[in-house]
Formats: sequence, structure tokens, C-alpha cells
Amino acid sequence: MAGKLLKQLRPPPYTATASASLHRPRFLNFHNATRLFSDAPPPSGEPPPSIPPPQNPHSPSPSSLNQAELAKFAAIAGTWWDSEGPFKPLHAMNPTRLAFIRSTLCRHFRRDPLSARPFEGLKFLDVGCGGGILSEPLARMGASVTGVDAVDKNIKIARLHADLDPVTSSIEYHCTTAEKLVEEQRSFDAVFALEVIEHVANPAEFCKSLSALTVPDGASVISTINRSMRAYATAIVAAEYLLHWLPKGTHQWSSFLTPEELVLILERASISVQEMAGFAYNPLTGRWFISDDVSVNFIAYGTKIETVTL
Amino acid sequence: MNSLIRRKLVENAYRLKLSHKGFCTGAAAKVSSSNGAQPSNDHVGQQKSSNKSEPHDIAIVGGGMVGMALACSLARMPMTKHLKVAIIDSNPALSNGLSIKKEDPPDARVSTVTPATISLFKDIGAWKYVEQHRHAYFDQMQVWDYTGLGYTRYDARDVHKEYLGCVVENKVLHSSLLSCMQDTDFQKTIYPSRLSSMALNPGILSMGMNSTSSGLNERGNLAKLDLSDGNSLYAKLVVGADGSKSRVRELAGFKTTGWKYSQNAIICTVEHHAENRCAWQRFLPTGPIALLPIGDNFSNIVWTMNPEEATDRKSMVEDDFVKAVNSALDYGFGPHPKSSNFGSGGIFSWFKTDTTICANECFKVPPKVMKLASERMVFPLSLMHANNYVSKHVVLIGDAAHTVHPLAGQGVNLGFGDAFSLSRIISEGIAVGTDISEVNLLKKYEAERKTANVTMMAILDGFQRAYSVDFGPLNVLRAAAFHGAQYIPPLKRSIISYASGDQRLPIFS
Repeated sequence: MAGKLLKQLRPPPYTATASASLHRPRFLNFHNATRLFSDAPPPSGEPPPSIPPPQNPHSPSPSSLNQAELAKFAAIAGTWWDSEGPFKPLHAMNPTRLAFIRSTLCRHFRRDPLSARPFEGLKFLDVGCGGGILSEPLARMGASVTGVDAVDKNIKIARLHADLDPVTSSIEYHCTTAEKLVEEQRSFDAVFALEVIEHVANPAEFCKSLSALTVPDGASVISTINRSMRAYATAIVAAEYLLHWLPKGTHQWSSFLTPEELVLILERASISVQEMAGFAYNPLTGRWFISDDVSVNFIAYGTKIETVTL
Repeated sequence: MNSLIRRKLVENAYRLKLSHKGFCTGAAAKVSSSNGAQPSNDHVGQQKSSNKSEPHDIAIVGGGMVGMALACSLARMPMTKHLKVAIIDSNPALSNGLSIKKEDPPDARVSTVTPATISLFKDIGAWKYVEQHRHAYFDQMQVWDYTGLGYTRYDARDVHKEYLGCVVENKVLHSSLLSCMQDTDFQKTIYPSRLSSMALNPGILSMGMNSTSSGLNERGNLAKLDLSDGNSLYAKLVVGADGSKSRVRELAGFKTTGWKYSQNAIICTVEHHAENRCAWQRFLPTGPIALLPIGDNFSNIVWTMNPEEATDRKSMVEDDFVKAVNSALDYGFGPHPKSSNFGSGGIFSWFKTDTTICANECFKVPPKVMKLASERMVFPLSLMHANNYVSKHVVLIGDAAHTVHPLAGQGVNLGFGDAFSLSRIISEGIAVGTDISEVNLLKKYEAERKTANVTMMAILDGFQRAYSVDFGPLNVLRAAAFHGAQYIPPLKRSIISYASGDQRLPIFS
């Protein structure tokens, strides 16, 4: 089993650059890190596991999309708002991640934490919004939300559902990618990419796009699953094969990022991670809660730092 | 497309009807042009059309104590005070305000409020309004039965508190909550009417991809309530706080479990010579009689008995009734239990670690009733529990969800617990931007309250059954239970804590 797992891992280019050794967090263990992102392209002898063709034939820029991943989501698009359907774990986790977002962003933007609509006047971007599970609560908290997703069916479902409530009908949904938004030179006060980065082909490029879309001193929130043994047991074996919470094949363990790696690629994209938390599930109550345990699901909040040209 | 044409036809027909009635065409034009307005069957509501088209966030059906507790709690919490709330109740006192005069004799309808409920009231700042009117804290309670084999005396000092509870008239609780809410700038609309029908729209999945008009979509996620005076309103969440014969529960199709007790309760107010600070309850063969202090030398009687006796006693002459009450509390039906003195607690005497003062532990006879101070009212008793408290857009609180036997004074406290728990859950939902009509959120309320309510109901039902049988061995068992509660301090403390609402489960907390 260990051998099969190792085969799934991407080839590690062990060329640590100077900046990586400078920004070395104390928990970073070079022996364990199997994906160190350098600016060097991957070795040509080994083709990357997924080939990312551009979604839109008009755009020549490389996109971080993964067609196989997109197809997976297009298949279950109709069930986004069925809280007992394939997206049930996401619905259950949603209030918990919103609690983290509310607490960190109220502090970041210096808003009153007791207000019912603390994000009034702020522009938020939800990348990989899916059916709008995150976008709608953010809109109810007062923000002007733009939601983008690469799967057109998702955007249609999201628009239909958002129109049911006058508060959320102001959300703008577009079927596009983060890279295209960068080309359009859009910018937002806060950018969210929750449970997205484990589905993209090139996480480093993706993070750079997210950073480009954030205004200086803006916030970025990224959540994903840790590439740990525990996550393999929980998020893949238990969730997909035993409990059938997620369809089989939803997640690839090799695409998961460890917190250290996420922090590193965000640093390289000029986002400095300020806070990180984990989500744990209590099987007795059936609820998720925020904890310090980042070994399975975790979320990171970072601020865009001014890029200083040396 | 067809539905659009149909709607236009209806609107046109409507406009013709209106012009016949001589209403100003301006109002009619406003109604038909408002986006997607459903043609409602009311004519009187035309002047209020601007109010009507604004959907409410929450519609509380039933403005009694529990409904008002919910509204007041929402009004006072920072996360929910901006919500638009509609209160539907045909009681004129809601719009005009209740005026309670000090000289009024006490109303026979009272409730015992537990310390847990008092602290919930204090949290929202409503308790100080209650204290401005008549209320009676009591710090002692005596429970015994007709066999004279045992008794239990509870004292607030056993749990290091100052009082075991407070007895307050229902109208005082109601008007305090109303005043507390009116002191805020809460956006509430009172509809002095009754609910006649309700339409709970299905979710998005049943709607096709090609939507007709944006107006239809905007109402797509709302519940529509039709009132008996012809008005209609839209709301995201409908709260059923309309009592044991709840219309909301009926319309939403919630099934209930329960049974009628073959008992009715007579309630009335009586007067003594002196103040009473103790609550008394004696279990008689046909049902318990309770004497609760209400303040100013008055007490409230709740006497449970079978229906024939109840009609007899209700129509009895006053003096005879007073004699019957005194007999029921004193020597009628059986002897007094023997009090405990030092060392005579039998086998339990070595359990007692602290030396007790006889004044507090001895059996006492309840104060004599001098005269009746109100008319006698009779109510049938039953146990009822709704199988579910929530469904999309609908939630039940208070008596609409559960009714219990009055023998432990818990009924309205469960209701207040529901109301405050729901308002807290709504507040937490709004904090993370949840749609308040979502079932997942409401199910958190149900999970919290169902266990508490069902446990309490089971215990009370158990008591009711245990005390309604006159059978030698069972009587001795009950006496043993009395002795146990009286002489085993941890058990006594546990019972007091649970009944006061400070403890969630009777044993393992």
C-alpha cells in the first residue's frame, strides 16, 4: 500500500531556492516535503499526471484547470443544494468555515463583530464557487460577492438559487477562471478559494492568480485537505469508500497540500499567512468544529503584502 | 408563459372588481404593477399594500407568553434586532397594551418560573419589568401524600440559592415581555387576526431552468400566510407559538403523540391571614393539590381530580369549597407524616452528615385558606408531544410542540426554554450568513430541545402514573422515595437542580 502511494506522488525537484531557505518555518521538514515548488519547469522526461488544456480557445494563457476534475463536478451539479445529497459534508462544514472567515476578516477589515452585516461595502471573490454555497452566506453578511466557476452548469444552478432570496440575488456569477479575471485586471478586497486548490493542476500558478486578484493589504482565504496519513484514512478511505459521503474518486491524495507547502507557495505569491486552523468532525453530534488540528481539513487566512522589487 | 397570461387576466379582472367597489384606481394600479404580486383575496388590505409586499423575516403565530418571549429575545440580541418580525394574534391586548393595576386581585392563571428561566429573562433585560408587578419568590417546598408515610421538604439553601422559583401571573409575564420589546426599536408588525391557511413553497429543485418572472422567483423561498381577516403576508420562517391546539402544527402536517389524562384541574386564587413563602403539594388519591404563594397574602390553588369531581367542586358554594381545600391540604384523605427529629430518621440517619435544624426539616401544615379570591376555572389535562418540531420554513415552540401535566410547574418553563434556544440558534445562524428557513439550522434547535423536553415529559408522566394508584406496596415504595429524597442530600440537591432548570439531565450531570 505504501508503495502504491509513493507511486502516486509527483516527482520532487529537489532544487530549493534561496528564498525558500530564508523563509523556513520551524516545522518544515525537508526530508518529508515531496513537492517543493521551484520556478524551474518540471523535468520533461516525466509528463505531469494531468494535462491542463485552456478552457477557452481564445485565451492562450495557461490555466490551472484540470479537465478530469471539472467533469467530476459537472456530473453531480444538480445536487448542489440538496443538503442530503453528495454535497452533504460540505453543507455540514459550511457554518464552521464561515465562523473562521467571519472572525478573521472582521479583525482584518476592522469591522464590528457583533454586526449582522459586517462586510458591507467590501468586494469578495469566490473562486470555484460551485453552487454558491459560500457566496450566498457572504452576501448575507453584507459583501458584494462575485462567484466564478469553470463548470457552466454550476453557475446556472448558483444563479437560480441565488435569485430566490432578494439579498443574494445581487451576487454576480461568471463561468470563467481566475486567470481570465487576472487578464481583465479585476481586483477584490478578499479572495476565497475553499476546497479548490486540491483540484487544480498547478497550485503555484493558481496562488499567483489569486494574489493578483487581491488588492494590496487585502485578504485571501484558502482551505484544503492536508496530505497526511490521517487525511488518507479519513477523507479518502472513510469518506469515499466506507461512509459514502463523497463519490469515489472525488479527491486524489497526491493533490493534497501540506500546510507548510501551502504557506510556502502563498509566500511566493506575496500572500503572508496570518492564521491557520483545522476542522474536526465530531461523529456523536454530527457537527464540525474549528480546532488546532490541521491534520485533515484546514483553512488558512493570509494578507497580501506589497511586493518589493529587490 | 401561460402562467404570465393567466396572472395578467386575473389582475385585470381584479382591477375591474375594485373599480366597482369604488376604491381609488391609484391603489389598484399599485397592486397590479408591483412585481409578481400574487392575487390575494383581500380588499381591505389595499391600503396596506406597501407593508404587504415587504416580506417579513419571521412570522410568529401566537402572541402569548412564549411567542412574546421569542420576539423579545430577538429584539434584544445584537445579531437579530434588525429582523422584520410579524406577530399574528387576535388578542387586542397586544396592540393596545395591557395595563395592570396594583389593586387588581391576582388572576388565577399563574406560572411558576424556575431559576433557569429567570436568568434567561435577566439576560434579555425583561426580568426587571416583571419585578415591577406582583410576583412571589419562594424558597421552600413541601411535597407529601395522603398515606402519611413520608414527606420531603426542599429548601433553596440546600443548593446554596436564595429561592427555588418565583410564581408570577401569566398576564404579568406577558405584559413585561411586551414592554421590554417595545422599549427597543424593533421592527415588528402586529396582525390582530388568526391564521387561516399557509403555503410553504417547495425548494429550487422543483423549479424548471426557465423561470417566468423575477417576482415569482423572489417569493420562491418564502412561506405565505393567509389570515382570517383577508390579509396575507410572506415570511422566511413561520414560528408556531399558538398553544396546544396549534393551527400552524395542523397546517404544517406535524404528527403528535400523546394521551389525555382522565383528570381536570381546578385553578383559583385564595387568601390567607399571613404571607406564605413556601410551595405546598400534596398527592391525593385522585390527583395532587398544589398551593403556590403569589404575593400579598394570596396563593394560587391547582387541584387535579377526575372530571366529575371537578364539575362538582367548581359549582360548589364558596364556603364549602374553602372547607374542601383546607381538608385536602390538612387532614382529609389521610394522616400527617411524622417529622424527623435528631436520630429518628431511621436507617437514613447515619447518611446525614450535617446536623439539620428542626425548624426547616420538620413537616409543617400548610397555612389555612380563609377565602376564595377569584372564580374557579377548570381545564382538561393531557400529554402531547409533536413528533417533529421543524420542517422547511416552520418551527414549533412552547405548548404547540408539547404539553405536560402541571404537577411540577414545568410546562411554560419548557416553552421559555424553547423560545430562548430558538432565538439563540437563529442568532448564530445569522452570524454565519445562513438562511434562517434552512432545515439544517432549525434541526439544531430541535436536537437541543427535543431531548430536554422528552426527558422532562417522561419523568412527569411517570410521576403522574405512580401517584394515581392506591396500592399497598406501591404506597410504601412512594414513601421510600419521599424518605430517600428527604434524607439523602445528594439526591435532594440533584432533584432541586433538575427542577430548577440548572441541570440538563436528572442524574448524570
